[in-house]
Amino acid sequence: MAVDFFQFFLNSLPDLLNGLGNTLILTFISITAGFFIGLTLALGRVYGNKIIKVFCIGYIEIIRGTPLLVQLFIIYFGLPSVGVVFSPMQAALLGLSINSGAYQAEYLRGSLQSIESGQMIAARSLGMNRRKSIQHIILPQALRISIPAWSNEFIYLLQYSSIAYIITVAELTAEGKFIAAPTFRYLEVFTIIAIIYLVITIISSEIFDRIAKHLSIPGIGAQERARPRLV
Amino acid sequence: MALLEVKDIYKSYGNAQILKGISFTMEKHETKVIIGPSGTGKSTLLRCINQLSPPDKGQVWLNGEEITNPKININKIREKIGFVFQDFNLFSHMTALRNVSIGLEKVKKIEKEEASERAMDELRKVGLEIQANQYPGQLSGGQKQRVGIARALAMDPDIILFDEPTSALDPELIGGVLDVMRSLCGKVAMLVVTHEMGFARNVANEIIFMEGGVIVEKGPPKEMFIHAKMTRTREFLGRIGTLYGEEEKGG
Repeated sequence: MAVDFFQFFLNSLPDLLNGLGNTLILTFISITAGFFIGLTLALGRVYGNKIIKVFCIGYIEIIRGTPLLVQLFIIYFGLPSVGVVFSPMQAALLGLSINSGAYQAEYLRGSLQSIESGQMIAARSLGMNRRKSIQHIILPQALRISIPAWSNEFIYLLQYSSIAYIITVAELTAEGKFIAAPTFRYLEVFTIIAIIYLVITIISSEIFDRIAKHLSIPGIGAQERARPRLV
Repeated sequence: MALLEVKDIYKSYGNAQILKGISFTMEKHETKVIIGPSGTGKSTLLRCINQLSPPDKGQVWLNGEEITNPKININKIREKIGFVFQDFNLFSHMTALRNVSIGLEKVKKIEKEEASERAMDELRKVGLEIQANQYPGQLSGGQKQRVGIARALAMDPDIILFDEPTSALDPELIGGVLDVMRSLCGKVAMLVVTHEMGFARNVANEIIFMEGGVIVEKGPPKEMFIHAKMTRTREFLGRIGTLYGEEEKGG
């Protein structure tokens, strides 16, 4: 039995790794693209004029107010009817990026607004214009504050990119289905897959924690937060 | 030509009229202290001067240039007007040194290395050389405020506006900040909103007493402290004198 399982595992490994590769591509590209979308939206929502603000709020609310699956269906199954055709992978990347962008916009907005307005006033008083004040004073602090949220977003994307399976992207979960279906070994296959997700999740949270610690500002933040210990 | 000319400034927030026609002038290297009860518009006045909140009516002239003119490049003007805040407003993610050099680098476009050297000189002037590489979160309130002063000084301003620079400090830290301010006296014009009567009496060329959005009375410290003309000025100085009484004799 053990030997049999091991053999089965080895046989499925290439397919699983292939699926994992696609999962990681989905995760990394959509968190990165989502970051740039989110940053633009957050800056627009916090610092933009009325029209920009309304646009950004509109984007964020529409995307957050509709299910990711529905968004993927519109992109993959809906858009072809108006002549826009994407491959499954393209559609998944687009959908996840657009979706993540809306969520990241909200994390970043919270971070931007958490920086005391006095620092902006001080920067302006030095003669910095608005753009420079945001770039050199507000953003470096806001981005640091956002790291824990990104850690969450990364894990979220890693796991929920499996939804791309429904529009036939051969990511990790989809590969699992392909391997399990002919053999009915669902329990083994999806246990292995669960472990893979778990390991990557643990590793990535650890990496984000280290980044946060490395970038923490002396005098504030986790590293200095020495709590009195009750013995 | 006066360094700074404030002409009949009015400012309202919503229905509340904060400033009701403020006028005064300052010469080069002069130190003036604004005193008055809380909520009188002293801080608002400072913010009207550097256009952080532009006045509704009236003009501000700096070096013969009308800076209330909306067409003017206000960022360029603000380089010449230092501002020191009650709650410091240091940049939390930057060391003391970087807090001081950032303006030189990003506004005055000075090379990073030279900017750091000049920032170090300013920190030396306020006695914080050793703390250069510490972050605001690691400094005491008094040290933070001295960084704030160094940051303003580094830009080589014509005038520095101080908005209650010692009000957020523990009593034992106030002295160090006032010493630094005293050392600047006569080197750069200073307009100081403060309740430190010792400082006002000993350092100011003129004291401006504000209440209810207008200047009630102004004059040299001796005149104001010994025989103020207006009853209201005497009352205010009397009350605040009792509060801060002992300290000011030393100053």
